[in-house]
Amino acid sequence: MTNVLELRGITKRFPGVLANDKIDITLREGKILALLGENGAGKSTLMNILYGLYKPDEGNIFIRGKEVDIHGPNDAIAQGIGMVHQHFMLVPVMTVTENVMLGIEPTKNGIFLDKEKVAKSIREISDQYGLEVDPHAYIKDLPVGIQQRVEIIKVLYRHADILILDEPTAVLTPQEVEGLFKIIATLIKAGKSIIFITHKLKEVLAVADDITVLRLGQVVGSIDPKKATSEILATMMVGRDVNLVVQKQPAKPGAPVLVVENLYVRDERQHMTVQGVSFDVRKGEVLGVAGVQGNGQTELVYALTGLLPLETGTIRLLNEPIRHTTPRNILERGVAHIPEDRQRHGLILSFPIHDNMVLCTYYKPPFAKGISMQEKPIFSNAEELVSQYDVRTPSIYVNAGNLSGGNQQKVIVAREFSRPIEVLIASQPTRGLDVGSIEYIHSQIIKKRDEGTGVLLVSSELDEILALSDRIAVMYKGQIMAIVDAKKATKEQLGLLMAGVHPSDTSNKN
Amino acid sequence: MSNTTAPAPDAGKKEKKRSALAQELLVPVLAVVTGLIVGAIVIAVSGENPFVAYGALFAGSFGTPADFIEGFQIYFSTGETRELVKAIYPFTESLVTATPYIFAGLSVALGFRCGLFNIGAEGQFFIGALTSAFVGYSLKGLPMIVHLPLAILGGALGGALWGTIPGYLKARFGAHEVVNTIMMNWIAFKLSDWLLNGPMKASGFRPVTPNIEPSAELPRFFADPLRFNLGFFIALLVAYLVYWFLFKTTLGFEIRSVGANPDAAKYAGMNIVRNFVLVMFLAGGLAGLAGASQVLGVDHWVGQGFSAGYGFDAIALALLGKSHPLGVVLSALLFGFLRSGATDMQSMARIPIDIISIIQGMVIIFIAAPDIIRWLYRVRAVKKEETVLTRGWGK
Repeated sequence: MTNVLELRGITKRFPGVLANDKIDITLREGKILALLGENGAGKSTLMNILYGLYKPDEGNIFIRGKEVDIHGPNDAIAQGIGMVHQHFMLVPVMTVTENVMLGIEPTKNGIFLDKEKVAKSIREISDQYGLEVDPHAYIKDLPVGIQQRVEIIKVLYRHADILILDEPTAVLTPQEVEGLFKIIATLIKAGKSIIFITHKLKEVLAVADDITVLRLGQVVGSIDPKKATSEILATMMVGRDVNLVVQKQPAKPGAPVLVVENLYVRDERQHMTVQGVSFDVRKGEVLGVAGVQGNGQTELVYALTGLLPLETGTIRLLNEPIRHTTPRNILERGVAHIPEDRQRHGLILSFPIHDNMVLCTYYKPPFAKGISMQEKPIFSNAEELVSQYDVRTPSIYVNAGNLSGGNQQKVIVAREFSRPIEVLIASQPTRGLDVGSIEYIHSQIIKKRDEGTGVLLVSSELDEILALSDRIAVMYKGQIMAIVDAKKATKEQLGLLMAGVHPSDTSNKN
Repeated sequence: MSNTTAPAPDAGKKEKKRSALAQELLVPVLAVVTGLIVGAIVIAVSGENPFVAYGALFAGSFGTPADFIEGFQIYFSTGETRELVKAIYPFTESLVTATPYIFAGLSVALGFRCGLFNIGAEGQFFIGALTSAFVGYSLKGLPMIVHLPLAILGGALGGALWGTIPGYLKARFGAHEVVNTIMMNWIAFKLSDWLLNGPMKASGFRPVTPNIEPSAELPRFFADPLRFNLGFFIALLVAYLVYWFLFKTTLGFEIRSVGANPDAAKYAGMNIVRNFVLVMFLAGGLAGLAGASQVLGVDHWVGQGFSAGYGFDAIALALLGKSHPLGVVLSALLFGFLRSGATDMQSMARIPIDIISIIQGMVIIFIAAPDIIRWLYRVRAVKKEETVLTRGWGK
């Protein structure tokens, strides 16, 4: 058994940060190495070094025992290294073939593109690995799972035998994840070696042959997946014991606080992305909205918070209808909103923490007298919330943009929870966060629920939905497929619903 | 529960402010220095001596110590002021030139803070000049305490209305303010041509307005030819008011929020389009004040082509001043000294006045591309607060 890839003593410093500190990793031929770590642990930096996008300050890279210098992606590709990025690098208005050939366009007679030749290779690759991709389809028409396969084809077309998959499951349904794992198995059978980057513990245990855990730029250790458990891995990642199961009592639901009936909403491009949605959220319960991203959840939340107008239908908040109203009016009626995109909606990154803490209440006493803003209460409010919600920051005068993702999210949670609220709308509240922050934010959401707040939780992470919800609504193509009791729901059942299949009609699977 | 984690919160804040200030000043100062060096190279290449040229520039903008000493000696020994006036004339003229720059720079800076690119300061300046002149010459027999404030207010309101039009068009129809403020400039130029040749024309040959009443003039501190007047101090006061408004009031908080992140502003319940209209109203008013200060303090009448491009220079100036009122005041002083000294440089060292435009242009390039400065001086980029100046055409 040879090692196809070895990184030895890789060190990379950025101003003020030691992103990689003497990292050693080893990829065995024909095996899957899972690289596990929280955000900011140094995984991406390491992979960018391997792919030639960064130059390491120290350390060596060996491929099949031979030391190599990688100065750019072209060197990496020449060495047989291929990267499938988390955010796909595809041109939506082009076909699969055109995307695959981008950058290495073969020509006929020197000037004409030879698309047929590429299409033929794609078909061969597709058949060999069971990818089932039509070379002539347009990217924009393909589901996310297939787009990812196009990325894999791009890499294989360039004759890569070391594949780096960066958070490949983040955008997939459970069924698509299954499909991906099958493809990975085929690739391994064909002799490829794979580095699988993730922060999802269960996936690591399911597929990896070796596991290496990074924390704060260092290798914490390597472990055999047969001996590992989720708890052990989480502890290695975070550096302390982590409570993976959310502790909660059964809900005591009261009267409905948010009632939605037959709601239609158009998105910014005028597509009707919410099509006839009805549900209610009761006092003291969590209604989870599951679904693959892009099935109307975003627009549903925007409509509920006044960021998008309703087309038709009604929304009643505490028995009063919302229509033609402003976001401010909705906020003042007791709705807290943890937005899906914290950097776009939730924070003003160039403002200090203390200003972000009063983003929704800056005009009210005690933060303002008339039009004059009152620094003292604004500062003491921020000091209090920072310590109460454990925001890790040198001071409240630091700009929000300088905080880590988890601490940014804590600022939002602190701000929203410090207002008197009746309804909490939390959209992807833990996306991209580290395990420690996820644990904390989950416990805060349950705490709010137990205080009698009605919670609408929108998440594309099924584990999160299952951990927090009392009832689960599954959205698919702008509609709610079903609302099920969380206690009786299974991952498989939800996964089918997320793919638009009612579990009853089994004949229509896939 | 208020057990603070930071031991002395104020210390952290002060330290942050100090280092932030140094950071903020570093690139602009280096940009100005580099601009002057490039200017010197251009002068040298054109066959003149840059030291002589900059000597004349300096003398033209500040005066010379020798003249100062001589002026004071003669004044104290004989009571004769002629030499003293000559000595302080360059310095006071620089301040006179800086005055409209301060107002106009504040106008553009306020727009930037809300994410709006007010290219219309020049047109607003014109309209403000015309309306203040109209109030200045048409009302007669009023006491100064009434007439002067009315004339100033007239200028501010004229500019404000001119600015509000593109602001409203943006808020109501999403029409981009860059296009509309440019159009409003042309309308203002042509409108003023017509007014100066028609309804507002003084009797006589030339297309100029009548002189304003003495009761509408901004008081001057010295006798002719020194034109240094109250306008300069009003400009400083207004700069402070703009600072207070932007950084200490809820309205300013909204404006800065809309400018820094309109999506978050909307999320927080702020009314974005109302802020657009408000900011364009205020920015127009500030540019109008620039026009009023020039008419009421310096010229006392308006003629064709009366602005020396103050409204356009103001864009450069607001960029150099990082859209901060204090930065605007400092940049306006710099521009005032450069512009005012350039005249002397031209007459004494025979360097064309356009060299100043080259220097200004270089400074702006260095401000817009700070990486050039960082590379030249090996200054490391520090993660810092980004001031969003303006956004693209998309939204």
